Amino acid sequence: MAVYKQTYKGYSGKRTTPWFRFFILARYSYARLFQSRFLVLFLSACMFYPLGCAVFIYLSHNSPLLAALRLQSAAMPPIDGRFFNVYCVVQGSLAFLLTTLVGPSLVAPDLANGAMFLYLSRPFSRIQYVAGKMTVLLLLLSLITWIPGMVLYMIQAGCVGWDWARANAWLASSIVLGLWVWIVVLSLIALALSAWVKWKIAGGALILGVFFGGAGFGAAINNVTDTKYGAFINLMQVIRTIWSDLLRSSSRVDLSVTEAWAVLGVTCALCLWLLAKRIRAFEVIK
Amino acid sequence: MQTVVELANLSVCLGKREILTDLSVELSGRTIGLLGPNGAGKSTLILTLLGFYPVKRGTARVLGQDIRRRKKQVTALVGYMPENDSFIADMTAVSFVRMMGELSGLPAESALERAHEVLFYVGLGEARYRTLGTYSVGMKQMVKLAQAIVHGPRLLILDEPTNGLDPSARRRMIRLIRDIRDSGQMHVLLCSHLLRDVEETCEEVLILKQGRIVHYANLAQERSVNQRFVEIETSEDHTGLAEALTEIGCTCTTHGSRRLKMVLPENFDLREIYRVAAKRDLLLRRLNYRRDTLEDIFLTAMEA
Repeated sequence: MAVYKQTYKGYSGKRTTPWFRFFILARYSYARLFQSRFLVLFLSACMFYPLGCAVFIYLSHNSPLLAALRLQSAAMPPIDGRFFNVYCVVQGSLAFLLTTLVGPSLVAPDLANGAMFLYLSRPFSRIQYVAGKMTVLLLLLSLITWIPGMVLYMIQAGCVGWDWARANAWLASSIVLGLWVWIVVLSLIALALSAWVKWKIAGGALILGVFFGGAGFGAAINNVTDTKYGAFINLMQVIRTIWSDLLRSSSRVDLSVTEAWAVLGVTCALCLWLLAKRIRAFEVIK
Repeated sequence: MQTVVELANLSVCLGKREILTDLSVELSGRTIGLLGPNGAGKSTLILTLLGFYPVKRGTARVLGQDIRRRKKQVTALVGYMPENDSFIADMTAVSFVRMMGELSGLPAESALERAHEVLFYVGLGEARYRTLGTYSVGMKQMVKLAQAIVHGPRLLILDEPTNGLDPSARRRMIRLIRDIRDSGQMHVLLCSHLLRDVEETCEEVLILKQGRIVHYANLAQERSVNQRFVEIETSEDHTGLAEALTEIGCTCTTHGSRRLKMVLPENFDLREIYRVAAKRDLLLRRLNYRRDTLEDIFLTAMEA
């Protein structure tokens, strides 16, 4: 129908499959997010450390270049679990900052503007909505965490040889698993907290509060009670415990690996409960 | 004719309070009005049909689909224009309507084409690239209508569509609703507390009060029935006129010496009344059809 003909005409064309409709939300969210130059700059900055690591790996296997730079290959730190553990800590922290930047703007405006019942009055479920919004964070955080991590692993394998890759396959799976767990936890926390407060700025502040406040409060509990229970609410320490275990790298241990997994499980369950309570078209006030 | 909305002993509770109680009705009109005072349960009924509120007892079907068992099929058939502000402030109208179309199952290209079409249709063609946050109340109402019809639903649910509109914008909205009705491509369920809006657009009316159905009226039928009720006023005493009109098939009752109310037989030519009056040298000063306004129907229902 030509646009100048102002009469109503129905639609009888084909329809898309419902399974992938959640990705529509992600597509539109990316279009809005990438209008921000700051975000693009921040994403670029997040690539500096993996780039440095790649240069380091290449350099440590290039004897002529080391010699030219008057460096000894024996003095270079090995590319092992400890190396990738440091990588996880650095990129995991950047992932946290990126989540604080992006996460609150995904759900809070929809809830504040009452857009939920526009979404949910369509053949589109609450699960699809959360999946769509989570996809935004999962893909964005993957881009700065496990994907460059795997690229580094491949560079190392390419420099040393495929025997190294076969012998250290656990390293690849640990990088992927460890960082996936982290980005899932970050995404859930960001969505749940911003859905709870329904305000973008407050959502961002709350995410920072959960991590920094949790760490500070945990340290205070440890000092006052002379125990290590404070570590349970320090999510950064919890994830570091898991990364150290997965990457077989020793670190200061305040809580066991099982306890760390349990804390993350409880955190995820709490976030899902909060999302189930908040992501609704209408709330019934009792 | 297909039943649009079918309710069978439908009861809905919010918390511990029963909001809708044992609603049973079959609605099949092209445009259905849902009337009632504030708090009567109109919006609750609409939101229950959309699957937002759980059904406590009974069943409800929309276009033959059970709202509990086939929620996705129901939402695929329905377009909903909510009462309250609901939009994404930093999106342009065309992106917003396109996204809503895609979420309803339209492919991206078709959704874009349809978004342009419906925005022109509702009169926002020139403003379609502006962000929704900059829109006036009237424009927001129109964009809500656009997102409700972008995917070509078979039932359009409008919750207080003329809220906050100035007279000209209200006229435009009513004209659009009538145009949609006359296109014959979708049914319209209009929820409003403004009797005039319902009267101007609807064929059927369901009146709710305190969560119960107090009256159902087929306005089209009532209008045609009312065509048979006539009231006349003569310039002088109408002695003998009633008998003469009775002889030609009318049923008359007198109201004073100059007023006469009558029920006309079917296929009655109104000119017969003038002929009979002329034979008796009576001047007819007024001839009115009885017209029960929706307000009369509504007030009667409220008093019941």
